Amino acid sequence: MFQTVIIALNEGFLKTFEIFCVTLLGALPLGLIIAFGSMSRWRPLKWFVKTLVWVVRGTPLMLQLLIIFYGPGKIFGYNIWGTGDWGRNAAVFTAFILNYACYFSEIYRGGIESIPRGQYEAGQVLGMTKPQIFFRVVLMQVVKRITAPMSNEVITLVKDTSLARIILVYEIIWAGQDFIKSSGVIWPLFFTGVYYLLFNGLLTVLFGYIEKKLNYYRG
Amino acid sequence: MSLLEIKNITKSFGDTQVLRGIGFNMEKGEVIAVIGSSGSGKTTLLRCINFLEQPDGGTITVNGREIYSAEKKKLYSDAEIRTNRLNFGLVFQSFNLFPQYNVLKNITLAPELMRLKGVSSGAEKKKIRRQISNEALSLLQTVGLSEKAQSYPCELSGGQQQRVAIARALAMNPEILCFDEPTSALDPELTGEVLRAIKSLKTQGRTMIVVTHEMDFARNVADRIIYMADGVIEETGTPEQVFSAPRSEKTRAFLSKPAL
Repeated sequence: MFQTVIIALNEGFLKTFEIFCVTLLGALPLGLIIAFGSMSRWRPLKWFVKTLVWVVRGTPLMLQLLIIFYGPGKIFGYNIWGTGDWGRNAAVFTAFILNYACYFSEIYRGGIESIPRGQYEAGQVLGMTKPQIFFRVVLMQVVKRITAPMSNEVITLVKDTSLARIILVYEIIWAGQDFIKSSGVIWPLFFTGVYYLLFNGLLTVLFGYIEKKLNYYRG
Repeated sequence: MSLLEIKNITKSFGDTQVLRGIGFNMEKGEVIAVIGSSGSGKTTLLRCINFLEQPDGGTITVNGREIYSAEKKKLYSDAEIRTNRLNFGLVFQSFNLFPQYNVLKNITLAPELMRLKGVSSGAEKKKIRRQISNEALSLLQTVGLSEKAQSYPCELSGGQQQRVAIARALAMNPEILCFDEPTSALDPELTGEVLRAIKSLKTQGRTMIVVTHEMDFARNVADRIIYMADGVIEETGTPEQVFSAPRSEKTRAFLSKPAL
């Protein structure tokens, strides 16, 4: 029994891990683009992005998953996600990336705006281009300043992946829950907590390491 | 022909006119100290010369070539502004070193970005890097910080940081080096080392504009004093003239204020 449960939970966790990785891969860069949009001096873009962030942060991720998966079918009359697992996965990735990119963008924005203007000006008077100033001078300092809030979000993401089961993506909570119906036992569901704890423990150690690595300077 | 010709520079922020027509010429090797009370427009003038602000009116000419004219201010591309501002270097009141890089990298970063552009051969890159690094080390020697090349800014005193900032500005080889109150953010016991560094640059024939509140320094090091008040040059002349026999009533009043 225990072995069967572990095999099923492992399979579920693999999906959890996949959602986690794909979301980070997409949301980390997309968040930066959204952050630039929300700081844009071109008003229409700025307000469009601000509204997007407001909507995404102002509604539950679970609702966003449902709307992104079922919405297009209602509007266009056919399911743009196609049938089967691939479509469900694509919808989950889309919703998670969009949602997390919006949260990340606000953290990035805070970090970028906290860098003193003098850093930009020092780069400018040395003849550096705007991209050079951003990537060579500002970005590293932003990374150091946002490590702690980012670790919060990333850890939240691990647990949020459980929402994917609302559109029938077989992640670890669902894998555990299955045993209630199939075998009449609830402990496999409870046992999923161990997976989350271990994984988040690993992430905590990783973030601690990054913070320590970046501690070689102050400022 | 003067090295630098500034003509009729004006600049407003909203309704406040900060510069009301500034003009002066500067010769190669000359050191000008700009003095004046807070709010007189000294810093804004330096920022205009370094293209951190765009003047609303006036022209800036270097070596007979007009590099800025307010009439064309909308027409300058970023690249042009970048090239033109390299005639000048600027040392900030608050140093603005890059905290994540060590002293050497602070100095070599900008020259590397500039001189490695378009170089594809690895051997060539390596050669240029070594060259830049050697130049940086000799600049560090000039400001007396050779042994700090591998330190990070946070490990240095304010005076040391400011000397690194001077070396960093020199690494881009500007025609004219500008200082915006270089000692105002320093503890009194640290101002001496920075002022000595600037003084030693004078003996090397550097052309410099120093905005400062250090009157003794201005008197002893500058070839010429510009006293600014309310956005205009109220008085200019040799330190002897300005400090000993000021012509303007305002200058007299400014200089007679006891130093606190």
